[in-house]
Amino acid sequence: MKQLYTFVRKEFLHVLRDKKTLLILFGLPVVQILIFGFALTNEVKHASVFIRDEAHDDASRALMERIDASQVFDVVQSGPANLDLIIPSGFAHDLSHGGRATVQIITDASDPNRATTLSTYLTAIIADHQLALSELQGIPYLIRTTTRFTYNPQLKGAPNFVPGVMALVLMLVCVMMTSISIVREKELGTMEILLVSPFRPLMVIVAKVIPYLLLSVVNIISILLLSVFVLGLPINGSIPLLFSMSILFIITSLALGVLVSTIAATQQVAMLVSMMGMLLPTLLFSGFMFPIENMPLPLQLISNAIPAKWYYNIVKAVMIKGLGMDAIMKEAIILFGMALLLTAISVKRFKVRLA
Amino acid sequence: MNTVPIISVRNLTKAFGSFTAVDAISFDVAPGEIFGFLGANGAGKTTAMKMLCGLLSPTSGEARVAGFDLATQTEDVKRRIGYMSQKFSLYEDLTVEENIRFYGGIYGLTLAEIRRKTAELAADLGLVEEMQKLVRSLPLGWKQKIAFSVALLHDPAIVFLDEPTGGVDPVTRRQFWDLIYAAAHRGVTLFVTTHYMDEAEYCHRVSIMVDGAIKALDTPHALRKRFGASSMDDVFTLLARGAQRSAD
Repeated sequence: MKQLYTFVRKEFLHVLRDKKTLLILFGLPVVQILIFGFALTNEVKHASVFIRDEAHDDASRALMERIDASQVFDVVQSGPANLDLIIPSGFAHDLSHGGRATVQIITDASDPNRATTLSTYLTAIIADHQLALSELQGIPYLIRTTTRFTYNPQLKGAPNFVPGVMALVLMLVCVMMTSISIVREKELGTMEILLVSPFRPLMVIVAKVIPYLLLSVVNIISILLLSVFVLGLPINGSIPLLFSMSILFIITSLALGVLVSTIAATQQVAMLVSMMGMLLPTLLFSGFMFPIENMPLPLQLISNAIPAKWYYNIVKAVMIKGLGMDAIMKEAIILFGMALLLTAISVKRFKVRLA
Repeated sequence: MNTVPIISVRNLTKAFGSFTAVDAISFDVAPGEIFGFLGANGAGKTTAMKMLCGLLSPTSGEARVAGFDLATQTEDVKRRIGYMSQKFSLYEDLTVEENIRFYGGIYGLTLAEIRRKTAELAADLGLVEEMQKLVRSLPLGWKQKIAFSVALLHDPAIVFLDEPTGGVDPVTRRQFWDLIYAAAHRGVTLFVTTHYMDEAEYCHRVSIMVDGAIKALDTPHALRKRFGASSMDDVFTLLARGAQRSAD
């Protein structure tokens, strides 16, 4: 036990001496949360809309006022704008006499996602306006759809990306940092000394991963604090459950890190394997950036092998939806199985004496 | 040999698939002896040494190291041996003192013992002021001396030195051998592999491996006499010429 303490103490010295790594370790979660929270967002606010009003009547003015009053759109007097709305002449006449009027929306579809979102918003506002009009005129038999977006009524991005960033940061710290720190000992030749010593190989692994386990927990805490106090995203579920699941995922990732270290001979290779083999799949297949349901079946099957996918679902269920253990039983069991399997494989591979 | 050998090797063999790296070698090393373990690259000396340190398990044969059976009592063997490789194996981003504390710690030395040893070592090597410096900032020769002292920290019966003087200038090499002699004088057994034939002359006894087998084992003086050579270099060349394996 005392030997283990000595070893862990030395590992912390390595981490603390390496200022650049330290900066990455603690700066990364902060930067990622801020970037995803404020820069990379799909939310639409204050999109400019240019309205060519050829009607100049009461009905067109009422519609314009309604659009301008919404938070989404700002009406601009001249282009360029994100969106053009053309109200043809005779708008009020068509509406009141024919009961049917047409407007044209022109969008810039070089960014299809944004174009779709914007035109949907504008159509919704127009539909809303139309509804108000028809209620005013007392038209009976109207089916009114009210849509409620549960868990995230304002359609914010944070509930989606905070769990994603957690998975990503933990992957980075646990897999990349751990594998690099083990491979560094191989390169330095100190690993040989450790294996010649009576210190057991299993304990070498334990001592190597403990600092990164603690650092990961610190990272989770900082991400959660940022998301609660900066992004205003509350933790709806049980915090102990969230943490115990996070630790399960951390153990899985640490096992992956040890596994990478048994494959890689140099620190560069360890970094590349971690990036390409671990981080990229996490980004692609966790469901955080691209919906898994939309992927072809083979890719959907592959996504099941990615631990981050299960962790991402767990965090969403617990943190955003406030669900309990019974709702995440399947994910938790799968993650537990992966943790067990990966730990067994990496310990076995590590224990094979240096050939 | 009158005393009980500290290393006793019988028919030790290591095969990697169909390739026999070490082919049934047998020898004894006496306590306090400086035993030179020579051989060209690829002759199998590193493999043999790794087996004796418990880093590789033998395919067949047996060995007793420091009074314990290598195959069944590996942990007891490990506690009684020290190891130093040509990489010197110190942590560059830690200070000399932190390195000593770490290596002492994993061999289970108490903090008081570590403090005492640290002070001794600083005085012996004349490095009192350097103890708080990062290893990275020290010259190669000092790193080498510190690495050797660290290998001796837990008072091992045997220290294995794997090409300990690689890349070091002749003066520093000579000084390093003074340290080796001092350790041997205290009763430590030294098992040394080297490429430098002048260093072979410093050993009490020398074995020369060719193609996985020990082709000669005696004192440098006796070997020179037997092969009618003027130096160990000539002896080595004479023996190594018959090698079938190419150096790798």
